[in-house]
Amino acid sequence: MDDEKTSQEKGRTGVNRRDFLASGGLTLGAAALASSSLKALGCADPSCKSQSGTGAYPMDSDMGVIGDCTSGTLDPDLFLTHFDWGKVTKDLGDGKKRREYTFLSVDKEIEIAPGLFFPAWAYTSETPHDQDGNEIPGPGGINGHVPGPTIRCREGDEIYIKFINQNNHPHTIHFHGFHSAEMDGSMKHQFVFQNETFEYEFMAEPFGLHLYHCHSVPLKRHIHKGLYGTYIIDPKEGREPARELVMVMNGFDTNFDGDNEIYAVNSVANHHMRYPIKVKKDELVRVYLVNTTEFDPINSFHLHANFFYENRTGTSMKAEYFTDTVMFCQGERSILEMRFPKTGLYMFHAHQSEFAELGWMGNFEVV
Amino acid sequence: MSHEPKKSAKAWLYGLLPIAVLGILCGAIIKLGDRKDLLPTEVPPIEELSIQRIIIKPHGFQIEVMNDGPDELTIAQVSIEEAYWNFTMEPADKTLGHLEHGVITIINYHWVAGETYAITIISRNGITWNTEIPVALETPVASSKTTWFFIILGVIIGVIPVALGLLWLPVLPYLSGRYLRFLSALTVGLLIYLGLDTMKEGFEFTEELAGSYNGEILLIGVGLLVFLGLMTLKNFGKRKVSDGEDRPLALRVSCLIALGIGLHNLGEGLVVGSAFVHGDVSMGTRLVLGFTLHNITEGLAIVVPLAACKTGVARIVGLGLLAGLPTIAGTLIGGFFFSQLWAVIFFGMAAGAIFQVVWIISKGPSLRSSDGEMAVPENFIGIFAGLAIMFVTGLLI
Repeated sequence: MDDEKTSQEKGRTGVNRRDFLASGGLTLGAAALASSSLKALGCADPSCKSQSGTGAYPMDSDMGVIGDCTSGTLDPDLFLTHFDWGKVTKDLGDGKKRREYTFLSVDKEIEIAPGLFFPAWAYTSETPHDQDGNEIPGPGGINGHVPGPTIRCREGDEIYIKFINQNNHPHTIHFHGFHSAEMDGSMKHQFVFQNETFEYEFMAEPFGLHLYHCHSVPLKRHIHKGLYGTYIIDPKEGREPARELVMVMNGFDTNFDGDNEIYAVNSVANHHMRYPIKVKKDELVRVYLVNTTEFDPINSFHLHANFFYENRTGTSMKAEYFTDTVMFCQGERSILEMRFPKTGLYMFHAHQSEFAELGWMGNFEVV
Repeated sequence: MSHEPKKSAKAWLYGLLPIAVLGILCGAIIKLGDRKDLLPTEVPPIEELSIQRIIIKPHGFQIEVMNDGPDELTIAQVSIEEAYWNFTMEPADKTLGHLEHGVITIINYHWVAGETYAITIISRNGITWNTEIPVALETPVASSKTTWFFIILGVIIGVIPVALGLLWLPVLPYLSGRYLRFLSALTVGLLIYLGLDTMKEGFEFTEELAGSYNGEILLIGVGLLVFLGLMTLKNFGKRKVSDGEDRPLALRVSCLIALGIGLHNLGEGLVVGSAFVHGDVSMGTRLVLGFTLHNITEGLAIVVPLAACKTGVARIVGLGLLAGLPTIAGTLIGGFFFSQLWAVIFFGMAAGAIFQVVWIISKGPSLRSSDGEMAVPENFIGIFAGLAIMFVTGLLI
């Protein structure tokens, strides 16, 4: 947030009559020292209701946004486990498929904290499909969601995306991963203007965790307005079955001063404080963690009372780190794998306290 | 004569016609104002929030706000030191209409005494307003202890210095001619400084005042009205007192000076009381000394016009109280119910009253030599000395 603290008292620092008298008041006022320290957060507090295992939790802290989102403009719970496998139109043999998507870019006002709305630009998938080829509803429906739909495919699949820009600014979809120069969506001649269409086509490689985002200019504005999403390429041999969660660390500059007012995973401040992510004891939990936070050089992820295996960019089957805190530059991402051996509420948040206190904080509820 | 009623009816008709048309026009504007499609482009709502006062409580803050913009405004969240925090708000729907007041209460925030807290209020549309608690100290609540504190504060800065200045009165009859003129000019110098100082303080508050109130215009407008109002009032006093030649004018001038200084001190008390509440702190005996020296001149200004006439002790005491007592009212108001709006109004009144006194003295005989000349050296030196004394004692504060 803005460091500049505009004050009503600013510019009145010179010693004058009122200073003198205020000083007299000091001794009389003798303000009581703030008594207790901040209530311990989360499960460190013995009064924490962590063992109860009951549905939605009230915020167990006075820190955090208040109230609940009621507009239904975003669906972070659906988004968390939503994977769009595209419409399979051809079997290419050897387990490879041609997957087709229709993506739109639209205007959408989203509720990023209870009662706080942001005029976003959002991607949406016209007809999302699950792994078995069934049409499924996407988060935000046809009206778009921030982050955009999570594209899921296998190494070697043929990806075809028909992109229709319904917004009045030129946009593109720039994918991380391998593709030809014509498919990069970054050059001026590749910008897609309102009601125009562009067809992206490339082979899904290398396997790992990637992202896509608009590469139209001005870049900062186009990305932070909400045009980004996750692009997951599974390795040929697949991964161990797990409870899979997509977490996109993002922020919103609501007053357009080049600094974020809200930080979150998947857009909604403190959503998983109000609605903890339910996971089973001992089950493998896989988090696809992507950082798309604009304006700040880094973001981070910290897990309480546990460690996780980290594989940077997901391009190897072997984890590089066993840790509880990771740090990403914008565009960096990792696959995290963890198991919770005990039930209870376990907090996760950015380890930059500032981001955590501005909305980027949630809980796992292990049952 | 028979034409008269008809004529007056016609006059009324012509007089009211433009108002009636204006009413129809306003109705149409209000009706069409809801039609957003008539606007050339879609305009976002204009959101302005004026943060008026922060009350610091043992475990939280209470922020008094006012919607200073033309459109409705809804508060979404509030952060303290870049951390969103639990709060409640009056009204409960967190929505304020044009010029509507609201109170945001931050709950369970365990602040540290003496530290600085930045507060950000964010609206539904993501507009932010920042304010700051420069030094966190619990805001005094009205108790017998704090009430006495503010009363004593007022006595120290207002009543005592003025009373000390009044003690110069017995010296004055020994002076005559150019020495009295010098003292009168000195008074004028003091008052000019005081008037300008009042304006300066007033303008400082206009910066904090919600834009809708047009603080600068309010300050000057109130000042002008008080100036003209006192000028009109002056003639009442003339009729009431009829014994002696010089005394009515002299007493009236003294009264007006006391009134002007009283209003000025009311404003001063307001500032001082609120400064205490805001926790602006710096202490030293040097400042106490500076205060006494600075304000003692106010008493002198009151008694100089009375030099040539005998005045009862009761009257002198009355004049002193008129000038001094408002300070106590000021510190109490400033301490417990401070508002920028009243500060601007009080300072406007004080400036108007003080300049009115300057005007009256300059029109009266006290500055004139036997041949009616005002531009004499003792007057110039007196005004210079008045301004210089205020300037130098001001340096001590």
